[in-house]
Amino acid sequence: MSEAVDVKTLTIDGKEVSASRKQTILEVARENDIEIPTLCHLDGLSDVGACRMCLVEIKGSNKLLPACVATVYEGMEVTTQSDRLKNHRRTILELLLAERNHICSVCVANGNCELQTLAQQEGVTHVRFPYRNPELTVDASHERFTADHNRCILCTRCVRVCAEVEGAHVWDVMGRGINSMVITDLHQDWGSSSCTRCGKCVQVCPTGALFDKGKVGTEHPKYPDFLPYLNLMREAQ
Amino acid sequence: MTIEELDQIAKSVRAENAKFSQEISVCMGTGCMSQHSERIKDALAKAVEAKGKNVLVRRTGCMGLCAAGPLVLIEPEETLYQHVNVSHVDKVTESLGGRPIPELQCELREHFDRQVHVVLENSGRIDPEKIDDYIARDGYRALLTALNDMTPNGVIRQITESGLRGRGGGGYPTGLKWGTVAKAPGDLKYVICNGDEGDPGAFMDRSVLESDPQRVIEGMAIAAYAVGASKGYIYVRAEYPLAVSRLTVSLREARRRGLLGNDIGNTPFNFDVEIRLGAGAFVCGEETALIASIEGKRGTPKPRPPYPAVSGLWGRPTLINNVETFANIAPIVRNGGRWFASMGSERSKGTKVFALTGKITNTGLVEVPMGIKLREIIEVIGGGVPDGHKFKAVQTGGPSGGCLPAEMLDIGVSYDALLAAGSIMGSGGMIVMDDTSCMVNVARFFVEFCMTESCGKCIPCRAGTAQMFTLLSRFCNGTGTMEDLSLLESLCVTVKEASLCGLGQTAPNPVLSTLKYFRNEYIDHIVHKKCTAGVCNIQAPVEVLA
Repeated sequence: MSEAVDVKTLTIDGKEVSASRKQTILEVARENDIEIPTLCHLDGLSDVGACRMCLVEIKGSNKLLPACVATVYEGMEVTTQSDRLKNHRRTILELLLAERNHICSVCVANGNCELQTLAQQEGVTHVRFPYRNPELTVDASHERFTADHNRCILCTRCVRVCAEVEGAHVWDVMGRGINSMVITDLHQDWGSSSCTRCGKCVQVCPTGALFDKGKVGTEHPKYPDFLPYLNLMREAQ
Repeated sequence: MTIEELDQIAKSVRAENAKFSQEISVCMGTGCMSQHSERIKDALAKAVEAKGKNVLVRRTGCMGLCAAGPLVLIEPEETLYQHVNVSHVDKVTESLGGRPIPELQCELREHFDRQVHVVLENSGRIDPEKIDDYIARDGYRALLTALNDMTPNGVIRQITESGLRGRGGGGYPTGLKWGTVAKAPGDLKYVICNGDEGDPGAFMDRSVLESDPQRVIEGMAIAAYAVGASKGYIYVRAEYPLAVSRLTVSLREARRRGLLGNDIGNTPFNFDVEIRLGAGAFVCGEETALIASIEGKRGTPKPRPPYPAVSGLWGRPTLINNVETFANIAPIVRNGGRWFASMGSERSKGTKVFALTGKITNTGLVEVPMGIKLREIIEVIGGGVPDGHKFKAVQTGGPSGGCLPAEMLDIGVSYDALLAAGSIMGSGGMIVMDDTSCMVNVARFFVEFCMTESCGKCIPCRAGTAQMFTLLSRFCNGTGTMEDLSLLESLCVTVKEASLCGLGQTAPNPVLSTLKYFRNEYIDHIVHKKCTAGVCNIQAPVEVLA
């Protein structure tokens, strides 16, 4: 037999598309302008499949697969929009909004927040779940940045960018379940941690959890697009 | 070490035992040791010596009937004494060779006669720390036979033919898993034994590791030969100190006898096992989280595929099976796959060990053939619900399982039947509940367990279980509404379908199964503001003055 065929053809939402063997469903969909919502995924970082926003249906399987890590196969039939998926996405967003203290009107990321944008896109007009209103801290010990845990959705982009791209691994996750939180070093203040002050974590943070000091109101757009470029340059070396 | 040498060891152990006219076995499993059975054993040994009786006093692992412990077994008469304490020692010594002591005697023929022991065949019969005791009961014969007379493929074929399915809960066909790892490319592969038993009320794996650790090591070695691995890990919870210490001794003994290490059985097969301790996280029983934990990382699951069979520990093909699965391997290789397949039901073969707990007379460990009716396990072997209370439900499969009512007691125990009934086989915990248990409160308990044990990685499990807990708490304190109930039901579906790993995907099961069979109790709590079992403390509604 010959080597495994490197090009696969499959359908996403009825549209026939081609892909190379190791591509994920998400990559192929985005190449073909099919939008699948994501929160923890970011081009240029490893994928963890944690936010479950990108779940898609595969014909012939009852299991939902995260498009960011599931790879394509020949003849795969993917559905990215259905009532079932819409319901799950809405519920996940509601769970996030009720989990911590997301108050858009006083958030620096208002208008530039991926959580907010997705909630609007998915038609979250209200939250059915009781707000948990946890008491969380704000770490303003760093001279340049602030971490507001009230707005953190635990996507772990900061953890990954710091470990994988900056190579410092200052950020990590502490605790379990609903009490998890991101920490710097072994739960030191950010300001006295081994942070290299590169600011990558701030740029990749999808919400207003990590932000530059001195920004007020709604003027804090983030620019995570440097990552694929950076990776490309590193590979070229 | 060769088979002839094994025979030699077995013969000398038997000859040594034959010098004694009687044997006294004292149960030294965790249950009995919590009542100082080691003192009973020491006192018995001293008393026997003082009286000049020709009797062997031996420590053994769990005899199964934990409710009646400490247990002492006199052989060859097979007299079983229950609730023994140090003050009984003289009486027991006196009675040796004469009439048994009626007030101490445990007469539970039905409890034992209905059981079939495969995994537990040596439990309560051998000294768990003596490898020669195990060898005398056909131990390591399967490994040496496999190494000398069978190809790795031949071993896998026997396992496939046996129909053995994973005993950790998932029920994945063991032969298929082994075949996949064997075929995975790579010269370095691993075998992992999952001993991270975390379900509330489950202690099967602990008991096997404490009572017959060599059997698990032998099973792992056979697996390693079959899939082409040379290194194994046993992942045990640190909460099982006795199991850990007995395993440590057993690994040392196996190395001393040349049954672990290099050139095992004078063949080129090399295999060794290391112990890794869990740090108390339930989610580390999930295979990808367990692997992360062994690697020294935070114990969180990863999306599969890739399955560990292809990319597991340190990215290498890894076979990961439960303690009980490995404990079944040696007898299957010894007696053939067909022998194993002759027991059990259509699609669930062999036997299963269950930990009976809760409102049941004979709390303890039982091993029964698959397909046996739940009713038989609970009413006959378990002795039914004590104190004249009425049976209400049995919870199988721990926090991932469901609660089955009395109407379902006539289903046969198998992976498929339990799944169809809305529960799961799970690892084998069985918690019996009577009319003093409130099913809403039970569901709340299990959801609280999943909430605190969630790793926090994926949102449906992390935040979803927390919201489920909040809603269930509202029902329990009388503030819940019917809207809350429909919200809970819809949330259960999302948590079940969207969670990353088994923990979240099964966390709603206790809620869904109680909603299916005990919906009236939910309605009682919400609409009538009453808890029939009298467990929930529902306050009378406070009138709000306008």
